[in-house]
Amino acid sequence: MMPLPSTPTDFTLAEARDAVRARKISSVELTNACVKAMQAARTLNAFVTETPDQALTMAHEADRRIAAGSTRPLEGLPLAIKDLFCTKAVRTTAGSNILSSFIPPYESTVTQNLWDAGAVMLGKTNMDEFAMGSSNETSHFKPVISPWRAHNSNQGLVPGGSSGGSAAAVAANLCLGAMGTDTGGSIRQPAALTGIVGLKPTYGRCSRWGIVAFASSLDQAGPMTRTVRDAAILLKVMASVDPKDSTSVDVPVPDYEERLESGVKGLRVGIPKEYRIDGARPEIDALWDRGAEWLKAQGAELVDVSLPHTKYALPAYYIVAPAEASSNLARYDGVRYGHRAARPEDITDLYERSRAEGFGAEVRRRILIGTYVLSAGYYDAYYARAQKLRTLIARDFINAFEHCDVLLTPATPGPAFAIGEKTADPVAMYLNDVFTVTVNLAGLPGLVVPAGVTGNGLPLGLQIIGKAFDEATVMRAGRAIEVAADFRAKPETWWEAA
Amino acid sequence: MSVDQDTVRRIARLARIALDEERVGPMMHELNGILAWAEQLAEVDVTDVPPMTSVVEQQLKMREDGVTEGGNADALMANAPEAEDHFFVVPKVVE
Repeated sequence: MMPLPSTPTDFTLAEARDAVRARKISSVELTNACVKAMQAARTLNAFVTETPDQALTMAHEADRRIAAGSTRPLEGLPLAIKDLFCTKAVRTTAGSNILSSFIPPYESTVTQNLWDAGAVMLGKTNMDEFAMGSSNETSHFKPVISPWRAHNSNQGLVPGGSSGGSAAAVAANLCLGAMGTDTGGSIRQPAALTGIVGLKPTYGRCSRWGIVAFASSLDQAGPMTRTVRDAAILLKVMASVDPKDSTSVDVPVPDYEERLESGVKGLRVGIPKEYRIDGARPEIDALWDRGAEWLKAQGAELVDVSLPHTKYALPAYYIVAPAEASSNLARYDGVRYGHRAARPEDITDLYERSRAEGFGAEVRRRILIGTYVLSAGYYDAYYARAQKLRTLIARDFINAFEHCDVLLTPATPGPAFAIGEKTADPVAMYLNDVFTVTVNLAGLPGLVVPAGVTGNGLPLGLQIIGKAFDEATVMRAGRAIEVAADFRAKPETWWEAA
Repeated sequence: MSVDQDTVRRIARLARIALDEERVGPMMHELNGILAWAEQLAEVDVTDVPPMTSVVEQQLKMREDGVTEGGNADALMANAPEAEDHFFVVPKVVE
């Protein structure tokens, strides 16, 4: 066994769990170390709301439980929660002005599962407004700044999005793990850009209840961690069948951690040729080739497969997701909760101004696109056609999985980019999700693992895609990549306040 | 297909989002940029392809049609921007 790091915030979740159980460190000590790191890193703007008092109360309770011998699976482990998960009595903003003072009277099912397992809440993390963005720049609470910088550069980089605050908090060792959500790549793209592990589970694996809705047929919660093992530990607790979410699926949740080290000997790994695209950086393809060699060297069999409708996934997504968003976000009316415009002339004026003042530019744009593609006369040309493409994309995967067990693909077309670099062109920003969005459209699990760095020191990831509800095999393959890549790069701690 | 300024005003009205007149033109260009890019979906032959209605194959769950929760008026009203005696206050809608 590896010796424990000297700083508690550098522990992996698994190391911290074992150390707390063995009483080598108390939850209060661990939590204090994370709170201190979080407060010293405000320059990163990773948290919208810090909850140090609640964290310490939970940590004391955890230490009491450990002393009493009634330790739960995540006892005393501090986590950061994306501000899309409703947390009872703790402000939940979805990164939006319209919810900037919303205090949920209930707890999301996923976070309730974490607290029931003994986890400690450090705070709520920054994100793109309503999870609509790939850089965290659409947040009402200002962008998150990535802990990573290119060699010899002070330029601020994006952490990716929409779960950018969670990604930055994990990458900068402010917490032991974090919750994200993924509608088109919002866990996996920021994970790739910040050199951490991000898992989008199968649609239906985790309950969506209490997560502020963006696109209901695509949204899924997942863990963001520093190791594949940590993701396995968190998913086991997050996953549940929930009477409050009729799309949560009643299938057994295996012990992912137990199966992690089984290796990839004999595993058939599909390499989809359509993921070699114009516009991806050459180092992306090189890393992908290296990843395939790593798996082959460990006994996996590489299989060339084809997913012919891949190029249509992104445009289909940017019809389907805004359509669902325009419907979901109709609830923000300035009447029942959320921002309300002052001195409305009449009810229509109240709606129109509350929403115009409450939503940011990207959210307004997507609601208008969604409204248009669902409107009379355009529904068949756009929305119905996009849903048919979705069927074809899902069939592509079914056909590919007749020849392989998992797929290996790049995670993103490039490394982290500068703040402000892509905000002027919505379509250029959307292209960030080109490798991740297919998985959401087909409802499949996808895992991103850090696998290398660019010439100037920025992290890059690889993605494993699996069959529905086969996260165990996905994580086993991801673990093999992790072992071979031996990714140890960490950002310099330039952000720490004196 | 592309949208004109009248269409932008109409969908903003449908979406109940106030749009300043000087924003109509720029918004039209932004929406047309996205729609032009989505135009490539028209290349694909989708004859006889059913639209996806459910990502994961499963039977729709049924439950007893009964009251499962209630009596939470205080909690429900707690975030209301304007409320009176468990009622949401809105501008006058009936003449």
